Amino acid sequence: MFPAAFDYRAPASLQEALSILKERGDDAKVMAGGQSLIPLLKLRFARPELVVDIGRLPSMNNVMRRGGHTAIGALVRHVDVENSKELASSAPMMVEAARWISDPLVRNRGTLAGSVCHADPAGDWGSVMLAFGAEIVARSLSGERVLRADEFFEGPFATVLKPDEVVTEVRIPLANGRAGGAYLKLERKVGDFATVAVAVQVQLEGEKVSRAGIGLTAVGPRNIKATDAERSLMGQEPTDRVIAEAARLAAEAAEPKDDVRGSAAYKKDVVRVFVQRGLKTAIGRAREVKS
Amino acid sequence: MATQTHMHGRIGESIKRKEDGRFIRGKGNYLDDIELPGMLHMAILRSPHAHARIKSVDTAAASGMPGVIAVVTGELMAQHKLAWMPTLSYDTQAVLATDKVRFQGQEVAAVIADTKYQAEDARDAIVVEYDVLPAVTSPQQAKEAGATLIRDDKENQKDNHIYHWEAGDQATTQAAFAKADKVVRLHTFYPRCHPAPLETCGCIADVNGATGKATVYMTSQAPHAIRTVFALVTGLPEQNIRVISPDIGGGFGNKVPVYPGYVVATAASLLIGRPVKWVEDRSENLISTGFARDFHMTGDLALDKNGKMLALRVHLDSDNGAFFADAQPTKFKAGLFHIVTGSYDIPTAHVTADGYYTNKAPGGVAYRCSFRVTEASYLIERLVSNAAIELGMDQAELRMKNFIQPEQFPYRSATGWVYDSGDYPKAMNVALEQLGYAELRKDVGARRQKGEVTGIGVASFTEVVGAGHGADFDILGLRMFDSAELRVHPTGKALLRMGTKSQGQGHETTFAQIVTEELGIPAADVAVEEGDTDTAPYGLGTYASRSTPVAGAATAMVARKLREKARTIAAHLLEAAEEDLEWDTGRFYVKGSPDKAKTIQEIAFAAYTNVPEGMEAGLEGVHYYDPPNMTYPFGTYAVVVDVDKGTGQVKVRRVVAVDDCGVRINPMIVEGQIHGGLAEGYGIAFMQLITFDAEGNCIGSNFMDYLLPTAWETPQFELGETVTPSPHHPLGAKGVGESPTVGSPAAYVNAVIDALSPYGVTNIDMPVTSDKVWAALRAAGVTE
Ligand SMILES: Cc1cc2nc3c(=O)[nH]c(=O)nc-3n(C[C@H](O)[C@H](O)[C@H](O)COP(=O)(O)OP(=O)(O)OC[C@H]3O[C@@H](n4cnc5c(N)ncnc54)[C@H](O)[C@@H]3O)c2cc1C
Repeated sequence: MFPAAFDYRAPASLQEALSILKERGDDAKVMAGGQSLIPLLKLRFARPELVVDIGRLPSMNNVMRRGGHTAIGALVRHVDVENSKELASSAPMMVEAARWISDPLVRNRGTLAGSVCHADPAGDWGSVMLAFGAEIVARSLSGERVLRADEFFEGPFATVLKPDEVVTEVRIPLANGRAGGAYLKLERKVGDFATVAVAVQVQLEGEKVSRAGIGLTAVGPRNIKATDAERSLMGQEPTDRVIAEAARLAAEAAEPKDDVRGSAAYKKDVVRVFVQRGLKTAIGRAREVKS
Repeated sequence: MATQTHMHGRIGESIKRKEDGRFIRGKGNYLDDIELPGMLHMAILRSPHAHARIKSVDTAAASGMPGVIAVVTGELMAQHKLAWMPTLSYDTQAVLATDKVRFQGQEVAAVIADTKYQAEDARDAIVVEYDVLPAVTSPQQAKEAGATLIRDDKENQKDNHIYHWEAGDQATTQAAFAKADKVVRLHTFYPRCHPAPLETCGCIADVNGATGKATVYMTSQAPHAIRTVFALVTGLPEQNIRVISPDIGGGFGNKVPVYPGYVVATAASLLIGRPVKWVEDRSENLISTGFARDFHMTGDLALDKNGKMLALRVHLDSDNGAFFADAQPTKFKAGLFHIVTGSYDIPTAHVTADGYYTNKAPGGVAYRCSFRVTEASYLIERLVSNAAIELGMDQAELRMKNFIQPEQFPYRSATGWVYDSGDYPKAMNVALEQLGYAELRKDVGARRQKGEVTGIGVASFTEVVGAGHGADFDILGLRMFDSAELRVHPTGKALLRMGTKSQGQGHETTFAQIVTEELGIPAADVAVEEGDTDTAPYGLGTYASRSTPVAGAATAMVARKLREKARTIAAHLLEAAEEDLEWDTGRFYVKGSPDKAKTIQEIAFAAYTNVPEGMEAGLEGVHYYDPPNMTYPFGTYAVVVDVDKGTGQVKVRRVVAVDDCGVRINPMIVEGQIHGGLAEGYGIAFMQLITFDAEGNCIGSNFMDYLLPTAWETPQFELGETVTPSPHHPLGAKGVGESPTVGSPAAYVNAVIDALSPYGVTNIDMPVTSDKVWAALRAAGVTE
């Protein structure tokens, strides 16, 4: 790989990292796992003057249950999510989603937080965050902001983060009651970004849906929260008819484009098929949870 | 002397590959591993446009950048009469563009610098002004009245048409069609794909200013032919050119042509007096070097009401890109495409072909195939399966009914090929049995009753590989023979050199085994060397599955020559008459007294220490083999698929591949070749696509867009074999490396079409992606 020249810093503490960014944030790029940044550098699509490698910051690679959520540190890799016992019990859909990300090479290095910051509309974690209603914690020398996932993504590769901010962790709310989820992805080969993917996370109260989160991948300028579909499920018994209607509404929320992966009509229909399948699986899983 | 025990490595034995030790240990020696003292690095600036006139090239800023030794432009090359070069198809190709750029990725300028980083930094600083012209991206556009003229550099070129070519008999074909009960038509596009070897192309040119000797290390499948082409292009005397192909990380046809980068690096080394290295990156390889296929084909098959084939009519429009640079025999403008009657006894056929210039990369290469056989095999095998569907016949039965029968060989096809041998019904029966075809058919019926979408595809291909003979097959006039030189050292160990060049096929093992078989020297004692034009005998190289048919035959022949000399020496040592000696692989003994014997090692020693009066010392020889005919491998492949109605995804449940490549020298290597080819066939059928947008931008310029199958997607393969030896090859062997890429795409696609046939679907162009299958299902009203 032959990128354009850049300066490189590897701060040893968060404080140091934030100071560097305060000073040079506009010309700098934070690097976590490098799995999105390095390909851009290699192709010379990105030419930052400075790369701030946060890979050596201490105590950012933990998954921890705390208060009402599970906190995932900024250096937690995709592979750590895949192998996390904590997430397997508190948010198993995340483990399922992690396995869909690229291949083991990328999963061993890339981070969940980096993926969220990268805000690729074809990235998988964005939809997972939306389906869970996650929070993203950002720090700068001026302080800490806790951002809601549905307010975080602005557009393709654009978030509300400021150049001097570092994301320190991502918070997944704990379910109360019987919850289940599913991540479904259509890819052309292993390691490929999604043609379409769907994250579904539901909670049941009795036989009725008490919370529904649906995130859509690769069918718009950012990961899309299918709000109408979610709302249509609330308080309903999830019959085939109710599920089909939610799936239809989710497909309506999608704004895909024609490209080599398929036509817009195709992608919308796969959203419908996947939301339908995903809801059935998620509800089945929720029913299996002992309350 | 004890009787001979087991000789290690004879024909038919799956010994481990001798070359793998160094590859597995990371001790191979690929082009990019080579570092020469004082070596410089080159980066090429490429056109961002598919079609544009160059207004100016400003190199001032680039020239002043750190480490930059030279910036080479088309104008500079023109001063040395090297702005254009001849192609392998008697056209010309721009080395560095002077007038226009004609495809996206075309070479415009080059920077030579101390390091690769510096070369790339300076390349980005070259400023080129373009006037963008409309791009022509298909033969259909190319032939439209008023289409932009792409090749305005050529006198007498008034349009974008390159060639018209025909084979077969138009009149008898027309007459047969007039009498047919049924005519089945298939119009299908075999899209552009790319061989994408894992090692990209590159070279190191090292011209010695004092001696004038140019040593060029190059990722070439055909180093000898390249040397001659270089001599002709540059005017350097041929003895002063040495081409060395080191270990090569896959070629698949992509490393046959001469690329502009080779010429520029050599010219630069000549001018600067230091070695210059140029190695493409992945995108450069995918957008600018030899592509494959891009054939728009229409086939009509005439049958009688019982399903007997009467005639075949085929037209094809070929998209050759901006320069006609196909690597193929001179005589045949569309390669060997007219083998399109395939495995069937079709009384008459007529094939027409037209080639067109487009604003796309040039260099149609035989991607793991023998000059366009893949396209031919795909068309006929698809057409036959579609005919079965239309006639309501079973696709295996229709094939059985029309196969060329074993007793018809040698068989002269309607387009003039003489098939050397075959037993098609046998290969088909073995495949069907292995698959459990009859049972599976019932199962498919039952599953369809339940609403599942599932099907079985069959293809019974015939390959034509191992070019020449030289009278009909040449590249730029160089006849397609090949060669082997065998030296047996005094201690009975041997060195075999050939004109071919392995890119992973296992030559160092397979050809050593031929020596073992013919001369009784254990394979472990035979070193095989290829790729250095100063040491190896002249040959046309490795592609078109020709190494075993041609250089393998040359190896057997040279070993036999040495065996005859060994017999004379043995007679002398044993004080017996030559006629009284019997050969028992590895030794000669006196008839009737097996203990009176001399081993080949003893004889070799005597060849240097104790030859008969008047005999030349030594035990070595060379043989140039011009095959009397091509070899015709064949086989039947069968594929079972299941289709997801919701998403259109196709899952390949089973693949049975029965190959007949004649005598198998190292069966393990043969199976490895078949596995690799079936995987590539899968990629071609379902994933691999180089496509272009309306402006001629290449889509498929990296491995995120140009999809190669991994172990994850690749289905499980179940192999089988039959053996019909080639009657004219000294060992009865045929080529095999390409059979699976030639035969399997049709089998995969036929399975999908079979699955969709209840819904009236007759064609989906490759790659058969899930969105296309979904569209076909939804058009038929099928949904989840
Ligand atoms: C071959 C390949 C296939 C892939 N396939 C998929 C796939 O199928 N699905 C998928 O979702 N992703 C895929 N990816 C992307 C992968 O998930 C990346 O790992 C992820 O997008 C980025 O995480 P990272 O830690 O590597 O971030 P980096 O590459 O280091 O950074 C990415 C961006 O985020 C910023 N950033 C990173 N961390 C922080 C932080 N803590 N605070 C502020 N800014 C930060 C960086 O400045 C940069 O702009 C693929 C990548 C590759 C190379």
